[in-house]
Order: sequence, then structure tokens, then C-alpha cells
Amino acid sequence: MGLLSDPQCRRALSRLVLRLNTPLCALSYVAGLGWFLALAFQPLAPRTYMSENAMGSTMVEEQFLFGERALSYAREFAGHKKKAGGMPVAWLEKTMWNLGLEVHKQPFSRTLPFPDETRERYMVKGTNVYGILRAPRAASTESLVLSVPCSEGPHNNQAVGLMLALASYFRGQIYWAKDIIFLVNEHDLLGMEAWLEAYHDVNITGVRSAGALGRAGAIQAAVSLELSSDVVTSFDVAVEGLNGQLPNLDLLNLFHAFCQKNGLLCTIQGKLQRSDWDSLPAYAHSLQTLLLMVLAQASGRPRGDHGLFLRYRIEAITLRGINSFRQYKYDMTTVGKTLEGMFRKLNNLLERLHQSYFFYLLPSLSRFVSIGIYMPAFGFLILVLVPHALDLWMKLSKCDAGSAERLWDGGEPVAGEEPRPGLLALVPPLLICHAAGLALYFLPVLGQRVATQHFPVSESEAVVLTLIAIYVAGMALPHNTHRWCWRGGGSDRGWMTLKLLALLYLAVQLGCLALLNFSLGFLLAATMVPAAAAVQPTGPKVLLAALLVLATPAATLLLGIFLQRELVEAPAAAAEGWQLFLAALAEGLLQHHLYGSFLFPFLALGAYPCWLLLWNVLFWK
Amino acid sequence: MAAPLVLVVLVAVTVRAVLYRSTLAAFISERVEVASPLNAWKRVVEGLALLDLGVSPYSGAIFHETPLIIYLFHFVIEYAELVFMFKKQKLLIELDKYAPDVAELIRTPMEMHYIPLKVALFYLLNPYTVMSCVAKSTCAINNTVIAFFILATIKGSAFLSAVFLALATYQSLYPLTLFAPALLYLLQRQFIPIKLKSKSFWLYTMQYAALYLCSLVVIICLSFFLLNSWDFIPSVYGFILSVPDLTPNIGLFWYFFAEMFEHFSLFFVCVFQINVFFYTIPLAIKLKEHPVFFMFVQIAIISIFKSYPTVGDIALYMAFLPVWNHLYRFLRNIFILSCVLIVCSLLFPVLWHLWIYAGSANSNFYYAITLTFNIGQILLISDYFYAFLRREYYLTHGLHLTRQDGTEAMLVLK
Repeated sequence: MGLLSDPQCRRALSRLVLRLNTPLCALSYVAGLGWFLALAFQPLAPRTYMSENAMGSTMVEEQFLFGERALSYAREFAGHKKKAGGMPVAWLEKTMWNLGLEVHKQPFSRTLPFPDETRERYMVKGTNVYGILRAPRAASTESLVLSVPCSEGPHNNQAVGLMLALASYFRGQIYWAKDIIFLVNEHDLLGMEAWLEAYHDVNITGVRSAGALGRAGAIQAAVSLELSSDVVTSFDVAVEGLNGQLPNLDLLNLFHAFCQKNGLLCTIQGKLQRSDWDSLPAYAHSLQTLLLMVLAQASGRPRGDHGLFLRYRIEAITLRGINSFRQYKYDMTTVGKTLEGMFRKLNNLLERLHQSYFFYLLPSLSRFVSIGIYMPAFGFLILVLVPHALDLWMKLSKCDAGSAERLWDGGEPVAGEEPRPGLLALVPPLLICHAAGLALYFLPVLGQRVATQHFPVSESEAVVLTLIAIYVAGMALPHNTHRWCWRGGGSDRGWMTLKLLALLYLAVQLGCLALLNFSLGFLLAATMVPAAAAVQPTGPKVLLAALLVLATPAATLLLGIFLQRELVEAPAAAAEGWQLFLAALAEGLLQHHLYGSFLFPFLALGAYPCWLLLWNVLFWK
Repeated sequence: MAAPLVLVVLVAVTVRAVLYRSTLAAFISERVEVASPLNAWKRVVEGLALLDLGVSPYSGAIFHETPLIIYLFHFVIEYAELVFMFKKQKLLIELDKYAPDVAELIRTPMEMHYIPLKVALFYLLNPYTVMSCVAKSTCAINNTVIAFFILATIKGSAFLSAVFLALATYQSLYPLTLFAPALLYLLQRQFIPIKLKSKSFWLYTMQYAALYLCSLVVIICLSFFLLNSWDFIPSVYGFILSVPDLTPNIGLFWYFFAEMFEHFSLFFVCVFQINVFFYTIPLAIKLKEHPVFFMFVQIAIISIFKSYPTVGDIALYMAFLPVWNHLYRFLRNIFILSCVLIVCSLLFPVLWHLWIYAGSANSNFYYAITLTFNIGQILLISDYFYAFLRREYYLTHGLHLTRQDGTEAMLVLK
């Protein structure tokens, strides 16, 4: 407070901010990016460790030996699936019943807001089947979930087989203290959402379902399994859930520990961990992994069926069996042992998983970066906006003081009117930008019927193209609105106030966002902040316009797609990238309408209007 | 003047009506920032239901409103929504009337002309007020009573002022401290010098205090006869003073007492509560010439340090800010502080979501924001206070100070 109330200090400080504004901002931006790049560096990323006592020290001896039985179940399931042309509900019910589980089924249906072309579905009807293994030693107050999606074609048959074999083995054991739910969900995430909503007796997304009949207490943890081959070479683990939420790090540690115990290879983001840490290629490798995780988290898309569990405070991960060209393969018994070990340790839990980290980034499976270490990177980026805002504020208040001074000396009250319209002139740009955002949010889905009647496009194309059209049209719309209502609007005051407002708006939005989904906040900050800081109606207009267009969220999405393809070593050509971009737009809309992901509403109602305000500043004169 | 005022009222009413009808209303009324255990509408409904069943509403641990309120709502329950809207407008009109009176220090009549409008604008369109109105928090009623009290005081009516002060005290206890500024103002209006030795000073003080105490006793007795029991005293005032409900809110109490060992809590409850009342004495000494400013600071202090604060309380003192806009050029950190307050208000729901729904953050995150928010408010008030003192100094010593050696001097607070 001393610094802020002592006028000498303040004067020095403000002079410093005014004079060194640009270098300070540049420095801060570079520091932010540099810090982020350094996160993949070993000393900043400590080794993961098990925090949860109940899972840490206890020994478990796995005795699952029924890999062959799993495969025979898988073959039988495949046969019945082919015969039924979808999920063999009756067979599953019968088999689970014979294993001694309490079996329930849950039919559900959902009409999508517009046809999903990548997965070819519109009006979806399906059935989830689940069996509950009642724990012999407890009163059904807590439970664990093992879920397997029943996918189209030959996928995931082995996963169902392994699940049934595990169920039959678990049934014979006496140590269970938590119920175990074995769930086969149809239509991947749609079925999972329907099941979770029915289980918790809520309806937030408008799925119509019969409701879940059997319950097994509060779910403590869930594992989703995907397995499409008789043998595996490695396991890939997916952690990112809806809206970039992550499960407790202990669950991941648990999986990693058992993989090590059974000698299984495990990867994250499809990247194997390197044994060396101090070489440059090793650094590049972990940076790649980190960037892939950031991109995946920023998309807000669940990377597996586990992603929807997280919303209900259930820690969950997805395990994907990979069968590549590697020499050494693992059979079902090893995989089953790993899962058995995980479930037995989870069975030991005394309370919810809460000891370890919830906010982390993973440069490799055995190292993590916690929130305290990665937040400064974002902090530095946001800091760029602060001296700019202060600078603008000081210039504006100097203006004010000047006019007040004149008022005092001359004593003419008319001069007092002069700065007044400054604030009123901001109302139309603000309103118009937000109206454009609202249109972007509502029109694509509402107007699809009209669009398909007048143009030769399908519904899904209509939605995406309307989206793009409104987005681009918004750029043409508002940039001279202030002139309609306020003549003589070319003054510096106007744009300075608008820019100040836009900067603060951006900073607040990004700050809130970074807490909810760090990766998204960081990516948007990295692209939007420099453009926002640089924009002004004077100077090289073409250059600034290009910079601003590059910084728009849509451009960030496009760049993100190319970067992602580059990182998984399958670079996309321009045309393919564009197709992916269109698919991603449709996907984003569907994610919002089906599961309640907040990425699309945030971009449409928050980031896009804010960006339009900056666009306004650029074309103020 | 009238036309913009009508416009503002129309806009304010429209906003509220739209929000009442939208799905947001249920969400807002569940927010801990808006509804405290003292004034949540849900609890009022619960109390009414108990009363209808012939059970004392205070028999459970849910209801903490005063008896008069429950009977008031008993009659108007059907029109609850209308009542709340009406309350807002009442308040607007009141603020509108008194504002010109307190604005006596302002330089140009032109600016003064706009102040009631600005006050109305600040109160009616303040998101905090809108939210607490949509949540049907009974905080709106407390604010109305306090506004009536201020109006009565400014108009110089000692009787009405005492009655409304008693009502406000009866409602939420803390307005007790407003006794001092009201008394000072009334004394000033009567041209009675504030000297401890003068007889007329003591006479007037006794008169006002007697009025106040009498009306308080009448109201409390009335409550007793309505319910035929003294249950409400521990249930309302005991609840305010001993802070048994530690639901998170925007105040400073909950985290502190949730963390503390039980056998220390009595001592710290006393410390925390004395903290609210204590500032009255130094402020009364320093600001005895400026009772209206004193009143403003006192209301702000109550809303920061009270045991169950909500954003509705903050809205009340924020409505006063335009009255002091002649202090604007003496404020030092208004930009930073308003940014802090805005950012904190937006982070409240975000961190609440992370803590309660996502389960990934914990109470420390939320409390950190609460702390920042309150520090922001305290700095804002002290900034205003300091600006006020500086302005006073300039008024007596001239604006351009020179040092002894002739250079321009600068005021430093040390």
C-alpha cells in the first residue's frame, strides 16, 4: 500500500510504465512462452508418486488366469453382435445373469440437433446393459465401474470378452468391499451420458431414457476399456475429459504402477516414454507429448468414454489396447491381471480419491507439472495486458484532468459536455458485438431448415456453413457503428476507452477460463494477447488487420488442427486440414448440444464479441 | 430529469421481470454470494409453512428472520414478486430525494442535478442489486429500511429517523452503529455544538436515544405478542452474533471459524464482532463535522465485516459512490480497485464450480477470492476516506500548496 499511496513512488512507477510499456510487454510475453516451453524440461516436472495411502503400500497378488476364456467370450459376443446387427442385448443379459450378476438394461433415445456426418447418426436409439456384482462385505454404499463401449463393426469385442471373464473371476472372490458395475454402453458417449444421467437421476441434456433401475451406491472410480485385438503390444491411457477436466493423478499413477509391475508398455498421447532425460531429442519428445496434451485438453472433447464421469466427481480413465508391429506381445491374461490389480487397489480406498493433484500437465507418463508451476506461464501472458490497460487509463485520465483544468480556468460549463459522449459512444459497438455473438450461437442450429430449403446442402453442412458465414459477416458489420450515433467520433478518447474496455474484458475472460481449462486459456492467450495489445487505429493498418485476423479463435482452431497433425507425425495437407476444420466445427456444436461442453458458447458469446471489439478499435477512424 | 429517471426505472424493472421468468432465477437464488442464511427466500418460505402449521417458525434451525417480516410476508405471499419489485422502486425514489441534500459540497449545480439520477442508476442497474432482487433475498427490505432512515435523517425528522433506525436494528442488528452519524447530523442541523460540557448537547442526545430505544422496545414487544414467545431473540440475534452457520459466503467469518478449534471460537467471535462496532468511535471523532460521509463509511464497514454479508449489502453502499464523485480526482487507486472487485465477482462462481461441482479445487481457492474481494473493498473505502480528508485539507489550505522554499509541495499520508 505504501507503494500505491506514496505520490513520489507512484509518479515514478507510472513514468516507468509509460516509457517502458512496449519492451515490458514484449518481455512478459516472451517470458510466458519461454516458461511454457520449459515445462517439458526435467527439473520443472517432478516424478509422479502415489499420494493415496490406501493404494500405496498394500500388496496385491493378482491371480487372474482366464485369458482364454476372455477370448472365447469375445468370439461368442462377436457372433451374436453380427447376428443382432448391433448390441446383442438378450445374449449379454443372459451371460451376465449366468455369471451371477444382477443385470439391468436401460433403453435410451436421443435426437441430435443436426445429423452427425462423421459418425452417421441422427436419431439414435440404443440400450445399455449393466451387471452389478454385489460386494459380499459391504452394504452397497460405494461402487466401482468397468465400462466397455459396444462399437460398430468388429471393434471392442475383445474388451467385452475380457470384461465378462473378469466378472466371472471377480464373482468368486470374497474380498470385495465395493460393488462393481460392469457396463456395456451403446453409441459410445451418448449411451454413457444416458446411463450416467439415469444413474444419478438427473436430466441435463434432454436424453430420453427409461431410467436406471439398479443402483450400487456412490461410484468412486471408473475405468473404461477399449480393446480390439487378441494380443496387445501396449496400452494408451486417455485422461482428458469433458471441458478439459482431469481425473485425480493417483488413478493414473495406479495404472502406471501396475503396468510397470506386469511389464506392460504404456503410452500417453500415443507417445512412449524415453529412458534418457537430458538430451535434446528427449526434451523435444516430452515437449511433443505436452503439446498434444494441451491441444487435447483445450478442445474440451472427452478423449474416451471416461470423460463424462468426471462431471459427476467420479475419477475415471480410458485404457486403449494398441496392437502395433512391435515384436513383444502381451496376452489377455496379463491385461486381465493389470485390471484385476487396479480394481483390488481401488477396492481398498477408504475415501474418495482426493490426495493427489487435479490440475496437472503430463510431459510423460511418469512426470507431471502441477498448477503452481504452469500457472506463471499464463500469468506472464496476461500480464502483457495490464501495463497496456494502465497506460491507456493514465492517458485517459490525463485527458480528463486537462479538460477539468480548462473548465476551472475559463469557467465555461459547455466544455464540460465534451468528454461525456465518450461512454455513450461505446454502447452501440458493445451491443452489436454481443448481438453478433448471440447470432453465432443461436442461428446455425435454428436456421438449418431454412438453409437446406434454399441451398443445395445437407443439414450438417448447412449448420457449419452458416456458422462460418455469420463469423465472417460479423467482421464486416460493426466497425463503424459509433459514427452513426456520434458525429465527430474520430477522437482518440473513443478508441482508447473502447480498447481499455476490450483489454479488461479479454483479461477477465481468459483469467476465468484458465482456471477452468488451463490449456484453452493458455492457447487463446498466446494468440489473442499480442494482437490485442498491438491493435490501434493508427499505424500500419494492413499489418495489424492481418495480425488480428490470425488471432481470431477460428484461426487458432485451424492452426491447432495443423499443429496436432504435425505432432502425431501425420501432417495434413491444406485441403485435408480444411475438411478437418469443418468437421471440428460441427463436432464442437454437437459436443455442446449433446454433452454440455462449454467451448462453443464461450467462443460465441465471450471470446468472439471481445475479438470484434478489438476489430472495432482497429477501424475506429 | 424525470424522463431519464423513468427510463432507468423501466429498464431496471424490465431486466428484473425478464430474469424472474428465466431459468436463471433458480440458479441465482441458490448462489451463496446472493442468499445468506439470514435472508434466503427459501428459508422465508419454510418459516411461513411452519407458521401455517401452527408450529413456531424458530423451532428448527432454518429460519432466522424477524417475526415482523414473517407476518408481513404472511399477508403478501401471493404477490411476493410484486413486493420485491416495489421495494426496489421505493428505494429508488428515496435515494432520489435525499441525494440533492447531501450533495451540498458540490461545486457546480449542473453536476448536482445529475446526482439523483446517477444514484438511481448505480443502485437499480447494479448487477449485485439485480441479483439479490431476483433471488428474492430479504436483503432488499433491509436496504429499504436503511434508505428510509437516511432520508428521514437528512430531512431532519428526529422521530422518523429514530423509528427507522430501530426498525433497521431490529432487522439486522448491525445498523445500531448508524446511531452515531445520525445523531451527529441531527445535532448539526439543530446548530447544537458538539461539546461534552454543553447541556443542550446532552439533552438532545438523550432525547434521540430515548426515541430510538422506545421504538426498539415497542417493536420487540410487538414481535413477542405476535408469537407469544421469546424464541426469536436467540434465533435471530444469537444467530447473527454467534455465527453458528458456516456456509461459505463472501464474508470473512466462515473459513476462519470452520478451521478453528472449538474452544477458541468464543474468543474470536467476540473479536470479530467487536471489530464491526469498533470503528464507530474513531470515525465519530474524525468525521464529526461530516456525518453523512461518516454514515457512508459506516454502512460500508457493516457490509464488509458483518457475519453473513451478501452482495445486496454491498450494492447499498455502492449506491452512495456517485454522491462522492467530487472526490473522484483525489482518488488514487480507483482503476485498480474496481478491476479487482470486478475480477473477484466473476471468479466467485468459477471457483465455486471448481470446488463444489468439479471437485478439483478446494475451499482455500474460494476463500482466497473472498479475502481479495474484501481487501479490495477495504482499500476502496480507505481510498475514499483518504480522498475526503485530502479534499478537506485543500479546501482550507488552497489547492496549490507551496513548500517553504517555494516549490510545489505534495500531501503524503504517513
